[in-house]
Amino acid sequence: MAAFDEMSGFDGTTRDAYAKLEAWLKNTPPEEFATRRSQADVFFRRIGITFAVYGDEQSTERLIPFDIIPRVITGPEWSVLDRGLRQRVTALNMFLKDIYGPKECLRAGIIPEDLIYRNAGYCLQMINQPVPHDLYVHIAGIDVVRVDGDTFYVLEDNARTPSGVSYMLENREVMLRLFPELFAQHRVAPVENYPDALLATLRSLAPRTASRDPNVVLLTPGQFNSAFYEHSFLADKLGIELVEGSDLFVRDEIVYMRTTQGPKRVDVIYRRIDDDYIDPLAFRADSVLGVPGLIGAYKAGNVTLTNAVGTGVSDDKAVYSYMPEIVRFYTGEEPILKNVPTHRCREPDALKYVLDHLPELVVKEVNGSGGYGMLVGPHASKAQIETFRKKLKTEPEGFIAQPTLALSTCPTFVASGVAPRHVDLRPFVLTGSDGIRCVPGGLTRVALKDGSLVVNSSQGGGTKDTWVLDA
Amino acid sequence: MLSRTADSLYWVSRYVERAEYLARILEATTRLSNLPSSYGGAASEWESCVKTAGCEELFGQHHQTANEANVHDFLCFSPENPSSIRNCIEIARANARAVRTALTYEMWDALNSAWLELKKYDGRKLTRDDFGRFIEFVKTLSLTFDGSAYRTMLRSDAYWFSRLGVYVERADNTARILDVKYHVLLPETERVGGSLDYFQWTTILREVSALTAYHWVYRESIKPWLVADLLIFNRQMPRSFASCYENISRFLDALGETYGRQGPSQRMARKTLSTLANRKMGDIYDNGLHEFITEFIDDNNRLGSTISEQYLV
Repeated sequence: MAAFDEMSGFDGTTRDAYAKLEAWLKNTPPEEFATRRSQADVFFRRIGITFAVYGDEQSTERLIPFDIIPRVITGPEWSVLDRGLRQRVTALNMFLKDIYGPKECLRAGIIPEDLIYRNAGYCLQMINQPVPHDLYVHIAGIDVVRVDGDTFYVLEDNARTPSGVSYMLENREVMLRLFPELFAQHRVAPVENYPDALLATLRSLAPRTASRDPNVVLLTPGQFNSAFYEHSFLADKLGIELVEGSDLFVRDEIVYMRTTQGPKRVDVIYRRIDDDYIDPLAFRADSVLGVPGLIGAYKAGNVTLTNAVGTGVSDDKAVYSYMPEIVRFYTGEEPILKNVPTHRCREPDALKYVLDHLPELVVKEVNGSGGYGMLVGPHASKAQIETFRKKLKTEPEGFIAQPTLALSTCPTFVASGVAPRHVDLRPFVLTGSDGIRCVPGGLTRVALKDGSLVVNSSQGGGTKDTWVLDA
Repeated sequence: MLSRTADSLYWVSRYVERAEYLARILEATTRLSNLPSSYGGAASEWESCVKTAGCEELFGQHHQTANEANVHDFLCFSPENPSSIRNCIEIARANARAVRTALTYEMWDALNSAWLELKKYDGRKLTRDDFGRFIEFVKTLSLTFDGSAYRTMLRSDAYWFSRLGVYVERADNTARILDVKYHVLLPETERVGGSLDYFQWTTILREVSALTAYHWVYRESIKPWLVADLLIFNRQMPRSFASCYENISRFLDALGETYGRQGPSQRMARKTLSTLANRKMGDIYDNGLHEFITEFIDDNNRLGSTISEQYLV
């Protein structure tokens, strides 16, 4: 099945949105592109945008490849996406409030009970525990793919600590520097207001008891974390302190940070540490990244954690498969964004189907992320398929399977010139007590290997600037 | 600001300053050791260089004797030496990365670019020319980093902590040179050795890049007590004890004023500054130059710990 190319469709006819880009690609001399690409590379390396790849001893800091050909989304396409994303995140927040509270969706039989109760991401400590402003997912990264001119699918919901937004911002900065004339020909919606939107969102989430000028901080696991660059970048753009666990302490259920002028109270923590590591007293006792007593302060309502604790349950890919029902149940509307049809291997019929069709399916661990632990049937060796067959038989509830989608492609620079490569999109949706904000665009990830469908930066994917055209 | 941020800023500056200091003493020693022995050139200079760098004991654990090759390697590149130039740059850069947001882009760029360039230098394969370039590279790093801080940072607590790091380290470095070489700076009557010391004196001046300054200040041939005077009491000389403490005191006062609270570090710095203002070389010789220097090093270390306790933890 041929993939839909976002520049030339299915049949090679250039789509309107790409007309000027195509002319630019055709008329710019190759040396010019080579120069620009090396300038972009120098720029990224010098500002220190790097990404650590786990399991790669050689390089703790590596550059994510950046492709200079932008990916274009039209205004009308974006407006559908925007409405769909808002709807989905609204439903996610209502769902989380429900499963940690009255559990109406379980009583109504929308989703099987054990999928919640036996879910590793379901946090017992959060049951019947109010959270500030009743919101759980304040920063969501919803991964979206498209397969033709009209259809977008949500591939997964990232409701824990989604990363990548710094690349969205820096990619745009680099493009503005390198190709000002291209921007003059297109009306590209800006993304540079994202930090302001994020700060406004975070401030709106402060506990009601906090002062009118709440102290917001970003909590990082530290500079050896793969996304550290992003943490420091965001803290800088937001003008908030970048703290590590050891910079914070809790006294009488109130969180303070250690400053050169003594302790200062903290109201909102944009944490980029997973639940398990955030408080050694509440979760993993061996964690040195977290803050002892933080969960106590959180439960006492003295500090807001963004995202809330326990949101991982909705990242689960088996729960994902119920999202259309979840959206309908809580919003009373039809879902605007489609889900990829998903076989839940926990169901015997589905498992049988999956085992019979492994070479054509994508199999994912229900709680995996980052492109780790998945099988792409059409690209897998016999041995890999057999390994997964065994895994599926031993622990079927640990997996889901989906048809291999023909992800859309975008023109991309590769060794041999410009060629189509598969892409996805991660837009970022912010939810504060004062509403939802969604900056037009997001992070486009591109699988640089010919035919590859895995776009994750930890697996050799690259990124592109994403242009939403303003009408 | 966060205590950890202040701590990192302070140490970034200390390590950059230390890297430059090591580069300077290596440069001066190389020059001295290349002189014919009748002019004071001697292999023993390399031992004195290791002492001046403050890592005599550690060096002894890895090498029997000191020579140009093993000292170059140990002070510049050796992973066994936590204070090698390479480690200084690595640690400075790691600290800088942890507090990226507190540095200006120019400071980060100076350090990050140097860190990237550092990978090009493979210690054991360097020719003498390459080594010269390496020393220049280190000096340029410190000038660029320091200049970037001076030209681009807001004059707020972040700047003051970063400056404190420079001057506490610098005071320590100047004192270490004097500690190792004090015997050549004793007044003529007590001095062991002869006119060969001339080259030792100029080496000391080179180590703190003050050879030209000496002539401008004293307008006479090089006398050991004037060298000591320049490095200890002269406020115009940017690496002298007095100049370092003038700056330390100034930046600590700025912190005290902004935070509305003075503390033990302000008092300690002022006390040292007034000692330096009120004493003369004559008194010091009477009471023992070596004792004076040792005491200064101890006081300076104590001030470092006090700053740390008061602000950085």
